[in-house]
Amino acid sequence: MAYDTVGQREIRVDAVAKVTGKAKYTADFRERDLLVGKILRSPYAHAWVRHIDSERAQALPGVEAVLTYADVPHIKFSTAGHPYSLDPGHRDKEDRLILTDKARFVGDAVAAVVAADELIAEKALRLIEVEYEPLEVLTSPEAAMREDAPLIHEVKRNILSTFGYEFGDLDKAFADADRIFEGEYQTSVVQHCQMENQIATAYVDENGRIVITTSTQIPHIVRRIVAQALGIPWGKVRVLKPYIGGGFGNKQDVCVEPLAAVMTLAVGGRPVRLELSREECMIDTRTRHAIQYRIKTGVKRDGKITGIRIEAISNTGAYASHGHSIASSGGGKFRYLYQVDALKYEPVTVYTNLPVAGAMRGYGTPQIFYAFECHMEDIARGLGLDPIALHKLNFVETGFVDPIGKNKVLSCGIRECVDKGREMIKWDLKKKLYKNESGDKRRGLGMACFSYQSGTHPVNLEIAGARIVLNQDGSVQLQVGATEIGQGSDTVFGQMVAEVLGLPLDMVHVVSTQDTDLSPFDTGAYASRQTYITGMAVKKAAEEVKAKILDFVWGMTDTPAQALDLKGQKVIYKHSGEVLMPLAEVALQTYYDPVFARPITSDTSNNARVNAMSYGVTFAEVEVDLKTGQVGVLEIYNVHDSGRIINPQLAEGQVHGGVSMGIGYALSEQLLYDEKTGRVLNNNLLDYKLPTIMDTPEIGAAFVELDDPTGPFGVKSLGEPPAITPAPAIRNAVLDATGVAFNRLPMNPQRVFEKLRQAGIVG
Amino acid sequence: MFNISKYDEAGSLDGALEFLSEHPAAKVIAGGTDVVIKMQGGKLREVELFSIRGLAELKGSKCSPDGAVLLGPLVTFSQIAGDPFLQDNIPVLTQAALSMGGPQIRNIATIGGNICNGAVSADSAPTLLALNAELRLQSARGERKVPLREFYLGPGKVDLRPGELLTGIMVRPEEYLGYHGHYIKFAMRKAMDIATLGVSVLCRVEEGKVLRGVRIALGVAAPTPIRCPEAEAFAEGKTASAETLREIGRLAVRSTKARTSWRASQEYREHLVAELVPRALQEAMRAAGGEGNA
Repeated sequence: MAYDTVGQREIRVDAVAKVTGKAKYTADFRERDLLVGKILRSPYAHAWVRHIDSERAQALPGVEAVLTYADVPHIKFSTAGHPYSLDPGHRDKEDRLILTDKARFVGDAVAAVVAADELIAEKALRLIEVEYEPLEVLTSPEAAMREDAPLIHEVKRNILSTFGYEFGDLDKAFADADRIFEGEYQTSVVQHCQMENQIATAYVDENGRIVITTSTQIPHIVRRIVAQALGIPWGKVRVLKPYIGGGFGNKQDVCVEPLAAVMTLAVGGRPVRLELSREECMIDTRTRHAIQYRIKTGVKRDGKITGIRIEAISNTGAYASHGHSIASSGGGKFRYLYQVDALKYEPVTVYTNLPVAGAMRGYGTPQIFYAFECHMEDIARGLGLDPIALHKLNFVETGFVDPIGKNKVLSCGIRECVDKGREMIKWDLKKKLYKNESGDKRRGLGMACFSYQSGTHPVNLEIAGARIVLNQDGSVQLQVGATEIGQGSDTVFGQMVAEVLGLPLDMVHVVSTQDTDLSPFDTGAYASRQTYITGMAVKKAAEEVKAKILDFVWGMTDTPAQALDLKGQKVIYKHSGEVLMPLAEVALQTYYDPVFARPITSDTSNNARVNAMSYGVTFAEVEVDLKTGQVGVLEIYNVHDSGRIINPQLAEGQVHGGVSMGIGYALSEQLLYDEKTGRVLNNNLLDYKLPTIMDTPEIGAAFVELDDPTGPFGVKSLGEPPAITPAPAIRNAVLDATGVAFNRLPMNPQRVFEKLRQAGIVG
Repeated sequence: MFNISKYDEAGSLDGALEFLSEHPAAKVIAGGTDVVIKMQGGKLREVELFSIRGLAELKGSKCSPDGAVLLGPLVTFSQIAGDPFLQDNIPVLTQAALSMGGPQIRNIATIGGNICNGAVSADSAPTLLALNAELRLQSARGERKVPLREFYLGPGKVDLRPGELLTGIMVRPEEYLGYHGHYIKFAMRKAMDIATLGVSVLCRVEEGKVLRGVRIALGVAAPTPIRCPEAEAFAEGKTASAETLREIGRLAVRSTKARTSWRASQEYREHLVAELVPRALQEAMRAAGGEGNA
């Protein structure tokens, strides 16, 4: 089907506002007499707070309030940005307090100050005296799971969750196999490093409601969780989300808002801003889980996989956040890539005294696909097969039904992705060329594949709202509860509306601010759901407006709506394309016709009970400097089956960003901590090696566009997927180049050099 | 919001020296790329700042008729990197300047600040050490000249006395004319990073492969930027074979006092010295039009 606006490289609707600095972010909302909030953080990773003396801080001129756990509600709440569940058994783990009387990681918030300005607040923090009773610090899951380990929370052996799955007869599968492969793989703690740190401003309005402006991916969920944490009715909280400078999952969690709310309450409702510095953001928001895997796979001689067993130990840090669902979710998405008879997935998620791990782009999949795609390369080498052949032999086909969730794959373009990527990187040619590399610099090729979902159905509710108003001039406003966080969702929603209503994109005014008082309900930006889930709500809303417009024209002209269409801001005859009247004329009538005036709007909600699988592959070519251990990515391509692409330029942008994140994950990024004290060593962007643009090679992005019948215009997810497979593809390329398998991230120069030396590749 | 208790600006060099003699606690600020970060991190609190940014006397670089180069301490890294005279005559210095930070930082960070900050990772340090640069230090009481090599006292510690300002960085003609050099900044990133190891070499090359006047300077290989006298002495007059270069690298390690930190192990840093010193020498020889393909 041919479209006019969908599929075009439209300029993003917020481009000019953002590049000219006119777009307002949370920090740009300056209330009068804005007070500043600051947090006092525990220097101990695990300690009881025995006593806090805040008298001297209270006495400091300019200090408006000093808060400790004794001054704030003592209600345990969950911070995870999931939809609420009516089933109490399905709710998130409630283990967090606004301010704690037990520090569980270095940086845990034990007290807070509200003051006239930052310097006074900081000075006041230094005047607060806290008496701690240190406990044993547990930084590794092994230590935390010891029978005699102290409990971080009141759960047995510090285990938060063990939710896995199993299908088929694994013993039989292994017995049927000709070869058994086993491997261990380990990922590291990394951080989102979104450009805008976490920040919220809160005040109490003239009607006694708490109004919070915050940089969040999930405004409606923030409203609920703030109310829960404070123990007040949900309607007493109003949350606004202005433009936001990135999230990547860091803001799919409620980190600063409840404290901002109690801060304003502590100062009689005056406005308070709580803004984290980069250093704070890197220790006290969320990180990506470090997960260790042990994998055992049975294969036939030809490479056909018979059965897989994956054991995983996930280090979730000091609080649950999303921890209970991340290992499980990664395992769930993994099930859709390979057709196997038997699969057993056994994750254990463990509390430790480290910064809290939570949602981050890919939500458990970068970890499991790193492990398994490294493992696939190892299997291919063990069997003397080309990894592409091994992959193709085992991929699922369209029509595959997940044995656990019973969800059916209606479109699967993984084979097409692999074929395209293979050509782009000139796999066959270069594989021959690099076969017998010698010398100090060696090149190699690697590839890795993934499967991903579009949203979270059936695990969570997938509800999304859209509202459209037809203006007098034939333009429309579009309001969604879904959040633009830089990924371009406002633009693709606008394109969908423009397509349905026959409008140019600039006649669709997308309201980028979400306000829980005004915006339709939507759970927000996560799970790569918005284009697929919210997109359907938007399409339905646009179709409803279109139907109302054509009905109205029917009334005006006595021409049946079915005979009419909208195109180029005009009402046309469907059969001939002949113009009946301009849309603006109809619009004006809908407002001002003395008899029939009835402005056209739609307010739609979509409760999606479908989930389309998206697929893709990374191909990478590297050069390894054996003598220094430096790995250079020479070429890298991501090919995605994300259904139809609404805006190729934005889609490429997603791929570029995701791949660069994946390159950092592979080669340089790691949040380091002292294993004894739990203190983070590099919580700043100098010491945390996020790649710069100079470190990022040209990134090739391509798409195989198979329409999925369940998605609006045939779309599937794309937001998170680009970040999933660069790391294993690069690892496999390094293995190809050097013959040495790196089963631990990141592959930074010292680590690579040391292992090459151990392997005897260099002296 | 920064914790600044007082802020003054210098109007003239004499005025600045007088001010500093009266306000020994004042913290001198030029580009601010180190000082502001220390304030932001809480390492400097309620600081009395004294800005010398406006001092025309300390800006720009000069070359006297005999070829002596005098760099004003307020010369920015961008200015060094873009200076046509330096690009033609001391390209190893422009190369080092370009390796520092990113464009915004290079536009404001000054060479004087980079030296006086005393950072072992300072990107200008190894090259200026290799060039035998001499510093001019002035106070209300007079001027003294100190070789850069003697200026570094320890990590973050330099021989800058109370009331003193760095007023010039001198490179004599005999230290660069006829020399070719190369700087390798080994870091985890290609921009916005501190060096894991900085290697700067200078040499003359005779008959395409005979090494003369080799200077090897390292950053982050000891508590201060250092030279490698043993390796330099060994290299004098040697024909640059692969084996000679390897030996120079090995000897360079002897001058180092690297330590293990979470940033890199001592062993790895030492290995990098042994590996990168020969690489830098090869590049310098290539720049000299020599063989450099050992």
